[in-house]
Amino acid sequence: MANMIPISTVTVGSSVASISFTGIPQIYTDLLVKLSLRSDRTADVDSITMTFNGSSTGITWRTLMGDGSTATSGTAQRFWVNSTTYTANTFGNAEVYIPNYTSANYKSTSIDVVTENNATGAYAEILTQLWSNTAAITSITFAPQFGSNWLQYSTATLYGIRKY
Amino acid sequence: MPLPSTMTPIATNTLNAAVSTITFSSIPQGYTDLELVVNAKGATASNLRIQFNGDTATNYSRTVLYGTGTVAGSSRTSNFASIAIDAYAQLDTSNFVYNSITSIQNYSSSATYKTTLTRANSASLGTDATSGLWRSTAAITSITIFTNDSGNYSIGTTFTIYGIKAA
Repeated sequence: MANMIPISTVTVGSSVASISFTGIPQIYTDLLVKLSLRSDRTADVDSITMTFNGSSTGITWRTLMGDGSTATSGTAQRFWVNSTTYTANTFGNAEVYIPNYTSANYKSTSIDVVTENNATGAYAEILTQLWSNTAAITSITFAPQFGSNWLQYSTATLYGIRKY
Repeated sequence: MPLPSTMTPIATNTLNAAVSTITFSSIPQGYTDLELVVNAKGATASNLRIQFNGDTATNYSRTVLYGTGTVAGSSRTSNFASIAIDAYAQLDTSNFVYNSITSIQNYSSSATYKTTLTRANSASLGTDATSGLWRSTAAITSITIFTNDSGNYSIGTTFTIYGIKAA
């Protein structure tokens, strides 16, 4: 039996304000989301706002970011992906792992993201976002924090992982 | 058409009693890599350590890249008695804030030393990336996961080992 199972995938045709997975089946143990996103923000990068069940409260961060010259750590949302002043046709790639998404405990995540674009600046980051909420995750939304839309050819795929 | 079975659960343990040590033994040798996933709460702000095949000698080393929320840094230990798979991503004593994912490459090789790669997270304390080494050519048949201060993992903590098959 395959235990990493694709649940849903989204490929952006025309620009969209957000990408959502709703009605997530409650039959897996963990979730994995693979993202390839580019924002319409007029800047080098935008940050992904990731919300569970439409909730924007109870969210905290720990981040570690390297920009090619220095490494910094913080507690603010810095989930960078490529935006419009970065090299054309480049997208920020990220993986989000969410263990025990149906549990009645708080939901912790493990996030890796890169914004490589063959220019003077790029970011490689490891992050964690905690949602201090005991509800099972039934939906996940990814939206640009500063821009308005995800651009064409952005993709997101949700996988379910079973431990049985 | 059924999907290929590239990631297969080997064993899982959801704690119904607080303990400080978990061992997965008799690990099957039919995979290429292993992946250990932990989602935990602790009685103390502990770090997690792992040993292979019950080896308690100083055959381990690790290098960690960490972010505390204010400081970014790196450190390492050599000739250690276990792999410390995290640094500032410690167990939280109030909630299930901690998670870690450890990949163990070519665990069944009888020719090479064994390397690990861990991403560990605690949104209240830090986020880490750690590489580890066990200087042994023995195939890994058991994994022991314990806390650095003998503090207990809380009830509800989950440990799961997956086998990953190469093409």
